Formats: sequence, C-alpha cells, structure tokens
Amino acid sequence: MIRWLVAAILLLFGRGRPEPPPKPGLPPRPTHPRAELLVLALLALVPGAVVVFAVVYFTSANTQLLGLTLGGAFAFAAAASALAANRILPQDTHVEERPELDHPVEQAEVEELVAEAGEGVTRKRLLVLAAGGAGSALAGALVLPALSCGPDATKILSESPWRRGLRLVDEHGDPIVAHAIELGGTITGFAEGADKERLASSVVVVHVRPDELDLPPERAGWAPEGFAAYSKICTHAGCAVSEFRYPLYDPTSPKPALVCPCHYSTFDVSTGGHRIFGPAGRALPQLPLEIDGDGHLVAAGDFSGRVGPSWWGVRKS
Amino acid sequence: MRLVAALLSVCALVHIAPARAAGDPQRGKELFQTGCASCHGLDAQGIAGRAPGLHDAGAAAADFYLRTGRMPLDSPRSQPERSEPAYPSDQINDLVAYIGSLGGPPVPALDPAQGSVGDGERLFAANCAQCHQIVGRGGAMPGASIPTLLHATPTQIAEAVRIGPYVMPRFGPEQISDRDLASIARYVAYAKHPRDEGGWGMFDIGPVPEGMVTWFVGALALVLLIRVLGKRAGE
Repeated sequence: MIRWLVAAILLLFGRGRPEPPPKPGLPPRPTHPRAELLVLALLALVPGAVVVFAVVYFTSANTQLLGLTLGGAFAFAAAASALAANRILPQDTHVEERPELDHPVEQAEVEELVAEAGEGVTRKRLLVLAAGGAGSALAGALVLPALSCGPDATKILSESPWRRGLRLVDEHGDPIVAHAIELGGTITGFAEGADKERLASSVVVVHVRPDELDLPPERAGWAPEGFAAYSKICTHAGCAVSEFRYPLYDPTSPKPALVCPCHYSTFDVSTGGHRIFGPAGRALPQLPLEIDGDGHLVAAGDFSGRVGPSWWGVRKS
Repeated sequence: MRLVAALLSVCALVHIAPARAAGDPQRGKELFQTGCASCHGLDAQGIAGRAPGLHDAGAAAADFYLRTGRMPLDSPRSQPERSEPAYPSDQINDLVAYIGSLGGPPVPALDPAQGSVGDGERLFAANCAQCHQIVGRGGAMPGASIPTLLHATPTQIAEAVRIGPYVMPRFGPEQISDRDLASIARYVAYAKHPRDEGGWGMFDIGPVPEGMVTWFVGALALVLLIRVLGKRAGE
C-alpha cells in the first residue's frame, strides 16, 4: 500500500522522463511542467465531482446539486482539454506541399516531426492515464442515473398506504371532519401517518349531493352522504388534480368535475372518476370512504385502481 | 380645524353610507318583479331548467351577483361575468334587502386588517391558486372561464368563498375561518401589485408564458454568444 502511494507521488511530482538528449540539427522542444500540473489537477477534479454526484444521487437526489456536480465534472474536463490543447500540445504548423512531399527525404522529415511531437510533454503517460480516468468517471456518471429505471420504481409507485379504517388528515395532519366541507366544497386529504409526498398518499375529497351520484354498483356506499375521494394524481402526466368545478345551479352550468390544471383532463366525480375531457387515458382512481363515530373521514379500503400517470405497465385501471 | 374634521367625518359617512345603508325590501321586490322575475320567477321561487329559486340564497349572493354586474344575465345558459352593475347602488341595496328577507347568509362582514398577508398567500396557494393563478389573474378551465381578482373587493372575495358562484367550490367557516378569509382578502389586495423581487414581473401572466420568455430571451442570448465566439475563432 505504502509502496503504491510512494509510486503515485513520484509519478505525480517526479520530472517524468529524463530530458532526452537534444537531437542534432533540431532545437530542443520547450517543456511545460506547470501547465501539465494544472491539467492533471483539472483532470483529477473530474472523478472528484463524479464521486460527489454519486453521493448526492444516493442520499438526497437534489436535482440542483446533481446538475451542479455533473455539470462541474464536464466543465473540469472541458477546461483540462482546452488547457492541454493550448499550452501542452505542440503548436507547429506544417504546410503540406504536395508535389514535394512525394520526395522520400521530405516524407521522412515529416514523419520525424510527427514522431517527436510528443517529446515536449514530460508526463505523457500520466496525462493519458488521468484523461482516461476522467473519461471513465464521466461515463460512469452518465450511466449511474440508469439505476433509477430499475424494477423497484414500479413497486414504489404502486405502493399504497390506504387500508380500511385509516383516517384522512389535512395538510397540517389534523383529521378531516366530514361536515366541515360544505356541499360543493373540496379539500385535499392525506393518509394519516404516511409520507405526504408518496404518489398514493394524497386524495381530493369533494362533497356533492348524494342524489347526484351515479356510481357503478360495485362501488355502492363508497361516497357516504355525498363525500367522495379520488386520487389527487392525474392519470395522464401525474400533475395534481386540484381544480374542482361544482355548479351552483346545474341545469344551466357544466356538471361537477375534477379538472387537472396541466392539460385540462376532466374527471366526472358523480360516476366514479371517468374521464369526460382531455388527454388522460383512464379514470381517476376512487378511494372508498366511511364516516367514523367522531364524524371524521376514514378510508374503507384501497383505491379502485392503480394511482398515478400511465406508463407501459399501466394503461387500463 | 374642527370644521375640517367635521367635514371629513361627514364625507366619510356619505362615502360609506350608500354601500352600507339598509335597502327597502318592498322596493326591492318591485325591482325584482320587473328585472329578475322572467328567469327567477315572480316570488323568486325559480323556474325549472332556467334559473334557481333564491329562497335561502341570501343577501351575500344577491350582493355579489348584482354589485359585480354578473346579474342580470343576457341568456340563462351563459356564464355570469363581471361587468358594470346594471342597477345604481341604492337599488342594489333594495334588491339585496329583498333577497335577504327570503333567508340565507347575510353579507359577510370582513376586516382585511385582521388578516396577515403571509397566511393569506399560504391559504390562497392551497385553496384558490389552482384556478385563479397565484397572483389572482384568472384563466380558463373546461366549461368555464376563471375570472381575474384584480377588481374584487374584500367583501366580494368573502361572498364568493362562502357561496361558490357559478362553478366555483364553496368553503364554509369550519374550513376557512373568518380570520383566514381576511388573510386571503389581504393577500389578494397585495397581489394586485406584487413586489417583483426577482426582477421584471412580466405582467404576472403565469409560469408557462414566463418560461417561454426565458426560452426566447435566454436562447437568443446563447445563440448570439455562440456566433460571437465562432466569429472570433475564425479570425
């Protein structure tokens, strides 16, 4: 271990190859040790930024930090390339004069020039190694987010906290009293004790007249006294279905519906969340409700279908 | 000095008086029978399929619909929209008194000074912004247009929250308390001229057009920068 460390330090700070003996007839190539060191430092920062990227990815998954670290890795790689191109690589220009180049002596001269082009670089191997390391680290950083596509996502997205008897709470965590919601009113509810940010946790509760309801027979009793709950996550693109339209006088107004403000998918609250307008492909899942002895709204079971936007596994409810 | 104060108080009384004066229900009923009964029925019992009965609608609904010019409506099927009130203020008082005498909620008393702008913004974001947009400029939804709140008075905001006009949901005092309502009214008043800490307010037109401005201005700036760099490299 220590021997490796010493070797690495020697590799980094040593003078690299001993200076080659000056070729007769050609001026010695200038070397750029400081520029090389700077390029090495920049290349070393690339894997560093990628490591931070990976740490952020696995801990907080803060998108701003993810972007900053990945962008930083690319910026360091770009700076290293620009610096290497401008300061380290030879800048000689050879004008190719075609007829003369056929001459065997000219040809040999050019070949020699190309062959010794790298001689001004003292830590060539280390630079190539560092560039390779930076490249692999960047490739790793680009592949890493593919883990998010893993089979676990489907499982996490389909998990639901709802079960019979679980109370609905408001945004402050207080249980929702059914009769606090007036006829034609609405409130956002969450599963008591569950993470509010989970896809299946949030529901939108609406209060309509019981005689307005025309639920399918298997959902009889799902909306006691006209209190109906639907998933708040649109089945189209996963926005919050937050607009509730309830007519004061129905014969001359549009009928009661939940509307997603993103693309105006409109779901009929009277018939069990069927889509009546917009791009959503399937009905809004309904949560069966009960009113407990204290007048609080509680779930009477789980959703009628899969919550959240449709993807290849979920087309129909 | 005293004279000025007396004059001012008289002015204040005169200014407040028309809005607060109790109307005459009998005159209101006469106005109702000439202007409203063709849809709402002679005794405000409603005409099926045409217009609702107004027993229990309350003074709050009458005050809201008449003072915002939403009633009378040209056609029973069109959405009531804000316009110039059709009646002068004293006649509205009479009509409100008549509808109020049929039962229902009174005009809510609201003092925005009791509320806080911060609470109001939080409540507005949770309950109102999904339709009215976060600074209350309104928008659209399937089947209805959503009005701007630029011209809404605190009383009208309170009335709308409590009665749920047209297709708006309704919120009772157990869900949004009177103090919360004062906060909401105060926030709406603030949002008429919000402080734009981030820079140019772009007429508060909402996040989608604002994003488009970013695309047009930002992308154009980037293209220009690339062009300048490219020109320099070519020299």
